[in-house]
Amino acid sequence: MSTPPAILVDSLSKRYRLGSGGSGPFTYQTLRDSISDATSAAFGRKRHDADKADQPTHIWALRDVSVTVGTGEVVGIIGRNGAGKSTLLKILSRITRPTSGRARLRGRIGSLLEVGTGFHPELTGRDNIYLNGAILGMSRAEIRRKFDDIVEFSGVSKFIDTPVKRYSSGMYVRLAFAVAAHLEPEILLVDEVLAVGDVAFQRQCLGKMQDISRSGRTILFVSHNMPAITRLCDRALLIAEGQLVEDGPADRVVAKYLASEFGTSARREWPDAADAPGNDWLRLRSVRIVTEALETVEAADVRCPVGIEIGFDVLAQREPFVPGVSLVNDQGQPIFGAMDTDPVWRTPLLPGRYTSIAWIPGNLLNEGTTIVSVALGTHTAGGKMTRHAQAQEVVAFQVIDPGEGGTSRGDYAGIWSAPVRPLLRWALSQQRLD
Amino acid sequence: MSERVTLDILPAPRWPELRLRDLWAYRELVYFLVWRDLKVRYKQTVLGVVWAVLQPLVTVIIFTFIFGRLAALPSEGVPYPVFALAGLLPWQLFSAAVSGSSNSLVGSANLITKVYFPRLLIPIGAVVSTLADFGISCVLLVLLMAWYRIAPGPGVVLLPLFVVQAIVLAFAIGLWASALNVRYRDVQYAMPFAMQVLLFISPVAYSAALVPAGKMRLLYALNPLVGPIQGFRWALLGASAPWPFLWSSVIVTLVLLVGGLFFFKRMEDSFADVV
Repeated sequence: MSTPPAILVDSLSKRYRLGSGGSGPFTYQTLRDSISDATSAAFGRKRHDADKADQPTHIWALRDVSVTVGTGEVVGIIGRNGAGKSTLLKILSRITRPTSGRARLRGRIGSLLEVGTGFHPELTGRDNIYLNGAILGMSRAEIRRKFDDIVEFSGVSKFIDTPVKRYSSGMYVRLAFAVAAHLEPEILLVDEVLAVGDVAFQRQCLGKMQDISRSGRTILFVSHNMPAITRLCDRALLIAEGQLVEDGPADRVVAKYLASEFGTSARREWPDAADAPGNDWLRLRSVRIVTEALETVEAADVRCPVGIEIGFDVLAQREPFVPGVSLVNDQGQPIFGAMDTDPVWRTPLLPGRYTSIAWIPGNLLNEGTTIVSVALGTHTAGGKMTRHAQAQEVVAFQVIDPGEGGTSRGDYAGIWSAPVRPLLRWALSQQRLD
Repeated sequence: MSERVTLDILPAPRWPELRLRDLWAYRELVYFLVWRDLKVRYKQTVLGVVWAVLQPLVTVIIFTFIFGRLAALPSEGVPYPVFALAGLLPWQLFSAAVSGSSNSLVGSANLITKVYFPRLLIPIGAVVSTLADFGISCVLLVLLMAWYRIAPGPGVVLLPLFVVQAIVLAFAIGLWASALNVRYRDVQYAMPFAMQVLLFISPVAYSAALVPAGKMRLLYALNPLVGPIQGFRWALLGASAPWPFLWSSVIVTLVLLVGGLFFFKRMEDSFADVV
């Protein structure tokens, strides 16, 4: 018999009222508003109602979301700001009630929607560990038992009897996360905790969350940090405008989300020759990012080679030319450019349809979005290049580190900023000193 | 893995459940909230504990001068300062508990929107932490009674009951006020004014026995605070008995409490959305 799911969400919806209507998420009203509302209602002022009808008075923060999460699954939730990710976590952690639908959770729940909830600046680190622990649902005995571990994990033991208002923001966050990390729930709901703190801290958080997930606990994890999602989660949910639009393997959902955000995907075709970039000699017909099995790939494993496949038509036999590619990342930083230098290109190609693939070795590109431009060009005098058919920023793909090792990352889990991330061959030798 | 607890999340029911068992499970949090309140208060103030004594002391001096000397209000055979202080202490307990609890939810907005626990703990914690100051200012009363060589009669055994009644009444009002305050910030401005009015229609500076019997007294008895204050003074000083006022006080308190609990529970689900 299989174990029942840890989290069962059944067509959950949450509606907020907007404006002065009452339970709007951003406003509270004064008694006068209510009284004037009540009097105008009593006197049947139709105009008042008509005014209101013009604008939507409700928004659905979450609409008809159903999902099942098995025990021990680590599920990432992604989507734009205001898409409803946090509303879902707030409902599951019982901070607010759904408007309709239901959910069932099995196991002790720990929710971490903010690091350091309830910390009081005047109290010492020691006091705040107890206070915050109690607020997160730990008993006094439990906190006492874990106290030393928490202090050690936080790395602020020297300042444990100093009021936290004197802490640096890094120390503050560190201590707060240390308390939450020792909550040991069976279901952990986490919202964007990685948005704060320095790189070292983020690495520590990720490491701790990895430990938690390995011990068979169920985690629901909201983040904008896509590499973290793909590294931590087996599965991801994409939420847009309150609805669940994608549910599947984390790398695929992340790629889909990024593709929808950046508006490019890993495949581009020009079925109609008239629209295809080029001239009366050379025309581009398709550009794809492919795996070694020649399947289109939106999210490539950092360890595997990826190919940039260029399909083109040669309409006439003229002179020699070469295909070339150039890559930038999503910050517009150039990664590299390359062209084919094979002798086969020294003679002009016969008219026909061709496919050229440029293979990028595994363990070269860094994690993140890579945007590709392609061109077919001829070498001209003075070492210049004339492009006869070109497509700028035509396809994009994600490079993802699944966190299974075998990459230049090693045990480092933090942010890695550079266009490339090669796995180098290193050599160590020891000198004999006489 | 061991037996797992199952939690069902459903839309707000039409009739709120009180879930007092849930409250019990979180009892330690009340302790921590009170502990935090007290620790922060005594840490941030220079005079700390002294405030708990200074406030009633100064008020009693002023009362003694104005009501005892100038107005020469009768004090039932007890020296006026003792008489006034015995009314002032339950009054200050009540008023601190009401204002503390009515602002408690709004003051804890960051907790309410970020973490779940039974929201009732917040006003409970606010009310309980006012007991500390009350305990300290009671020392002042004991000293004053010793100075005037007044010993309490056998009625003193009932003293805790009247304190409990004042606290429960304050909590009942706090339930309404704190839940309303989340939605209507008017409450925050209305409460101090209401307290001021209540001070004058409660037997703090004078005895309820001064109120003429008949319709007047019946009307006066509708103020639920008359019972506990008269009772407190009676238990300690053997002043005029609270009985004529007690029944109405208990009824009003119970009605406010039960209504307040349901009102609070009904509003509870929207706190995080509105606050």
